[in-house]
Amino acid sequence: MIKEFTKGFIKENPVFVMALGLCPTLAVSSSVMNAIGMGLAATFVLVCSNIMISLIKNFVPNKIHIPAYIVVIASFVTIVDMVMEAYVPALHKSLGLFIPLIVVNCIILGRAEAFAGKNNVFKSMLDGLGMGLGFTLALSVIATIREILGAGQFLGMQVLPTSYKPMLVAILAPGAFIVMGLLMGAMKLKKKK
Amino acid sequence: MEFIGKIFVMAIAAIFVQNFVLMRFLGLCPYIGVSKKLDSAIGMGMAVIFVMTMASTFTWLIQSYLLIPLKLEFLQTIAFILTIASLVQLVEMIIQKLAPALYKALGVYLPLITTNCAVLGVAILNINENYSFIEAILNGLFGGVGFTLVLILMAGIREKLEKAELPRAMKGMPIAMIVAGSMALAFLGFSGLKL
Repeated sequence: MIKEFTKGFIKENPVFVMALGLCPTLAVSSSVMNAIGMGLAATFVLVCSNIMISLIKNFVPNKIHIPAYIVVIASFVTIVDMVMEAYVPALHKSLGLFIPLIVVNCIILGRAEAFAGKNNVFKSMLDGLGMGLGFTLALSVIATIREILGAGQFLGMQVLPTSYKPMLVAILAPGAFIVMGLLMGAMKLKKKK
Repeated sequence: MEFIGKIFVMAIAAIFVQNFVLMRFLGLCPYIGVSKKLDSAIGMGMAVIFVMTMASTFTWLIQSYLLIPLKLEFLQTIAFILTIASLVQLVEMIIQKLAPALYKALGVYLPLITTNCAVLGVAILNINENYSFIEAILNGLFGGVGFTLVLILMAGIREKLEKAELPRAMKGMPIAMIVAGSMALAFLGFSGLKL
């Protein structure tokens, strides 16, 4: 049971190991705040959709199971979208397009297809929670590196001395790709040993 | 003449300045996944151009003539993703019938166009930016062209990289990300263009 929960953190980390959900990972990781917001929103959708899908898996004809899953996911994303717009409008605005795009985050459909469609409700919930937190963790790691290098800040607080000249490229698009590539390389190196 | 000028500006903006993959981070999964071989990159690119144009057309019509009059804007996400899923199914059937070899080469990635965020992304962007019908279609078309351009460039680079000597840990995905980073750096140069 515990294994279903913890495997998402490192061993099967959806971002670093399985390379899923790259678009939101790279797009919102320019600040730690955005990364955590995005991670938690995706975790909520992942847990709810995993529970729902594992409940309905026996009633959905095999031929249309993907469209059915997508509708379930899209409904939860709509809920998250509205709740965030109402309670955290600033975060909602800075994540922008990427909230509705949680629908097409391959982690969510991937887990629905690979796990929730085959396992019971409780296990699916744990799997969703673990994977979601693994995703949040990965996002936060990338965002921490990018925010410190690119702005000298962490969660908006100055951590490097003000004499540090921010490496602006780290918070722009190229920085996202390069930090991600180096981190993936590091993960691979660790696994080889 | 003014109209042609406007189209030109939109093309440059969507292909280079605001490239979907490198600047907006949309459609990265196929960008990394299908860029190992040049042939499949070209096939995938064509499929994406087609689906993005069609998706822009249909989602704009659905938004303007169905969702807004019925005050159902909150169903936007669900309605759009279903439209895109049906379109992809259609394209899949057509390619399977007309070009079985291409169908085999694209394999699993064809159904995955549904979860290509560039497609849903362009549909939502068109609505958010208040584009007119023509502008929405053009944005979809040029967005797809921009995607295909970087996909093909990437596939060309990665075919060469296969033979390069690399540290073992950097092989495959990590080096692909670094290459993408360098390409993004090059594309950053376009952002100085005043349109």
